[in-house]
Amino acid sequence: MEWEIVIGLEVHVQLSTKSKLFSGASTRFGAPPNTQACAIDLAMPGTLPVPNEEAFRYATMFGLAMNAEIGRRSVFERKNYFYPDLPKGYQTTQLAEPIVGSGEIEIHLEDGSSKKVRLHHAHLEEDAGKSLHEAVFESGHGMSGIDLNRAGTPLIEIVSEPDMRSAAEAVAYLKKIHSIVTYLGISDGDMSQGSLRCDANVSVRLKGEQKLGTRTELKNINSFRFVERAIKVEAERQIDILEDGGSIVQETRLYDSDKNETRSMRSKEVANDYRYFPCPDLLPVILDDDYVEQLRSALPELPDAKAARFQSDYKLSAYDADLLTQERASADFFETVAKQSGEPKLAANWIGGELAALLNREELSIGESPVSAEQLAGLIARVVDNTISSKIAKQVFEAMAMGEGDADQVIEKRGLKQVSDTGSIEKMVDEVIAASGAQVENYRNADESKRPKMMGYFVGQIMKASKGQANPQMINKILKEKLDALL
Amino acid sequence: MHQFTIAEIIRGLRDKQFSSVEITRHLLDRIQQLDSNYNSFITVTGEMALAQAAAADQRLAAGEAPALCGVPIAHKDIFCTSGVRTSCGSRMLDNFVPPYDATVVEKFNSAGSVTLGKTNMDEFAMGSSNESSYYGPVKNPWNTDCVPGGSSGGSAAAVAALLAPGTTATDTGGSIRQPAAMTNTTGLKPTYGRVSRWGMIAFASSLDQAGPIARNAEDCAYLLSAMAGHDDRDSTSLNRPEQDYTLNLNDSITGLKIGVPKEYFGEGLSTDVAARVQDALNEFEKLGAELVDITLPHTDLAVPAYYVIAPAEASANLSRFDGVRYGHRCDDPKDLRDLYMRSRGEGFGDEVQRRILVGTYALSAGYYDAYYNKAQQVRRLIKQDFVQAFEKVDVIMGPTAPSPAFGLGEKKSDPVAMYLEDIFTIATNLAGLPGMSLPCGLVNHMPVGLQIIGNYLEEARMLNIAHRYQQVTDWHKVSAPSIAEAAATEGE
Amino acid sequence: MAVDSQTVEKLAELARIAISAETIDEVSNRLGDVLQLVDQLQAVHTEGVAPMAHPLDEVQVLRADQVTEADRREEFLQLAPQSEAGLYLVPKVID
Repeated sequence: MEWEIVIGLEVHVQLSTKSKLFSGASTRFGAPPNTQACAIDLAMPGTLPVPNEEAFRYATMFGLAMNAEIGRRSVFERKNYFYPDLPKGYQTTQLAEPIVGSGEIEIHLEDGSSKKVRLHHAHLEEDAGKSLHEAVFESGHGMSGIDLNRAGTPLIEIVSEPDMRSAAEAVAYLKKIHSIVTYLGISDGDMSQGSLRCDANVSVRLKGEQKLGTRTELKNINSFRFVERAIKVEAERQIDILEDGGSIVQETRLYDSDKNETRSMRSKEVANDYRYFPCPDLLPVILDDDYVEQLRSALPELPDAKAARFQSDYKLSAYDADLLTQERASADFFETVAKQSGEPKLAANWIGGELAALLNREELSIGESPVSAEQLAGLIARVVDNTISSKIAKQVFEAMAMGEGDADQVIEKRGLKQVSDTGSIEKMVDEVIAASGAQVENYRNADESKRPKMMGYFVGQIMKASKGQANPQMINKILKEKLDALL
Repeated sequence: MHQFTIAEIIRGLRDKQFSSVEITRHLLDRIQQLDSNYNSFITVTGEMALAQAAAADQRLAAGEAPALCGVPIAHKDIFCTSGVRTSCGSRMLDNFVPPYDATVVEKFNSAGSVTLGKTNMDEFAMGSSNESSYYGPVKNPWNTDCVPGGSSGGSAAAVAALLAPGTTATDTGGSIRQPAAMTNTTGLKPTYGRVSRWGMIAFASSLDQAGPIARNAEDCAYLLSAMAGHDDRDSTSLNRPEQDYTLNLNDSITGLKIGVPKEYFGEGLSTDVAARVQDALNEFEKLGAELVDITLPHTDLAVPAYYVIAPAEASANLSRFDGVRYGHRCDDPKDLRDLYMRSRGEGFGDEVQRRILVGTYALSAGYYDAYYNKAQQVRRLIKQDFVQAFEKVDVIMGPTAPSPAFGLGEKKSDPVAMYLEDIFTIATNLAGLPGMSLPCGLVNHMPVGLQIIGNYLEEARMLNIAHRYQQVTDWHKVSAPSIAEAAATEGE
Repeated sequence: MAVDSQTVEKLAELARIAISAETIDEVSNRLGDVLQLVDQLQAVHTEGVAPMAHPLDEVQVLRADQVTEADRREEFLQLAPQSEAGLYLVPKVID
């Protein structure tokens, strides 16, 4: 039996407005508990919501970037349920008339293929607060603490159609959403701080089957890696059950990243009836054509367009272009290096190679890179003009990463300039040949076809003697002349 | 001094006949002596009132004080008052002292008026008799065995008992007009959105509207001028210029077209009440107005539609009272569910619980279309009735309530009978129209109210019409017998 | 129309209101009375009538994105039945 996984994602993105969706309280991350929860956020009696215009601007920009319809009339509704992190006892959200209607985006997979994923809709809503379960309180055993700083932070919930067929596709989709919202500058997209969160609806069916299987909803998966693992492990669980003749229960499940398993959230099993109805404290929001068109014309270059331009302007491969344009910061970084060094291909290699390794090792984003784009361009320039070899360049790069200054300063200070004068290279070649009697003898006796390979030993010795600074092309040329003279 | 109207107090303060501190102290004393008979106040803020009065006297002495500076009033206990307990008539908020003022309160404070205290009300404004208050029923000054109407029963009774010359109140389905009718006071519910709802504890957000209760239309005009206006903290607040409602009180009403809906004079209306209302209509004819028969065909659907929409909105509005951040919390909750269930079970009274359950039902899966959606459709039909009527007439008149005040306890166990009390007032809330009630006679020594329904934002016109009527009639000047007697004794 | 006690229990659970076993019949009856009153709506023809959520046809005015609220945590926490370390306390929330 061959199974097919069917995945739809609900992605929550926190919008990076200064104030909350319905109040003038700050949305800054990391403030002491409840210091950014005003009377409205706390649902104090008699308080009323007034929506934030920036949230509508951001949501509209997002809709335009997703090639989606923009709801010219959108209506907030109340979703009713009790939970301590939800002060009003209802979440103000959108249902029947959301700000963003259906749309479509293209995702790029690692094998180089692309696929379209349809957007069902995206709506504006308010975030809930946080419950702290782990803390121990003096005034009561078995208590949870409630911090409402996050309550009321604007979110867009982006609901896809069940168009994804593998965990990898889900990750590619999520990365695409991440890249769009960060390109637009409407969210910092930081999954570790919860700025971007993902719920996955997962079901499986036999390949060829048209009907969707019973789905489970995986809640709050907070990293790209976990999205992939959670979906895989949940699909395996469902397949195991079905292959054993069992059936899937439609339920909400939580992914436990430590155990790499999903488990049922029993407390949510009680059938919810959210009793949505239009929020009587808020009026319909009407966006006119001028407003939408102005935002459309002001949209920044988005990842797909940028990748296409990188391919044509800089002759990058599709793979490199996609990789570099996933994040706006890395695309900008690349473009600076490429322009300043005049070597786009080398720039792409350096960013994808040494720089990526460095950032990965230090757990830094490209925006926090210890080597600036200007510094990297300077380094590439020195390789191109043969001041240093590519091998030495790696050494210089590491030094730059340690804060030793730009490429010229490091080369100067450490004396790494490539040795290219014939006299000193000839001297080194002579010394190595003199000290390697046995190897010279072997070389002379060897078959002609094997000789080029045997030169490696001598090159290595010479490079060692020159501390890597000798120009390798010159070593090759002079060495071959001298060895051949001994034949 | 307690007999003075607001207009008289304004003049008296400026003519230095008395100071704000003097009249404030006088009314505070009177409240202390008499209110145990009526229970119209939940909280009396004596100290604060005297401090405000002293400050007002200074402003008055310096000149340039706003009209209401130094005028003592009382606020319905639904308006949040910074530093003063705001209970909304509920055990749930018995301990709730908000650190903020409602916009209405803020506006009166900045006008320099003096707050005598917070008036009693039906719990969360849900009721038509003031019997659902956690602080006990309010008694009608006209007959203390009778209810004063509700939910603003305390605000109406305080004015009727001459404990305050004017009060603030709210009206979701008749809660200003019906108690005004039952206590021989004048009350106005403005157009929805004319007065800010910020800081006014919500019952049904799309219906709630604040307004004044006073002894006559002129005083209501003074109070409304202070209360009304746009507030950018309330999304449903209308952005229209503020106005002085006292300016047009004396305009002529010759040629005024008064619509008389036949549905307001049918079954359920006491014949005595109908007769008093007819007397008033005849009086308007004498003043040069023309009576026009009209029809509001969906009138009998107003109560059913209202008792879906209002409870539905209330069921969500009251979810915030959960025992977590403020208000009543049950003792020793064993888990989170227990905390919610018992805090809300103990904190809310029967009527509030009933309406939350009805609203929950109307919104629940499988019933939404049949109840909530249907009611919102009917609501549009009701509004269209009025829109069509106002193409032919300037105002609509009829009775405020089907009968005069009923006995305490009479309808308490029959919610549907109680709901029908608001049969003539509810439609204006559904349509968002302004409505007012003014005294138009007595039936068996109990007051009867005439209702005036105006077109959107026509409050000034309505006050003008009411004022002209009150210049040629004395019904609004009649005090409850016990109050009048006491006043006469005092005068001797 | 009476409402059965099972429905009342379900509604009470959704609304998080404890209703004692002794009063549940009374609540069922009263609720039934109210529903009978509102059931008059069912007979009305409303086809093609748009539901009306607001009495006036106004549209929402949006607020500029500015931080206007100061930290008033201590004032608000004073109103809380139970708080500690700047947090509102509730019986343990179990997921």
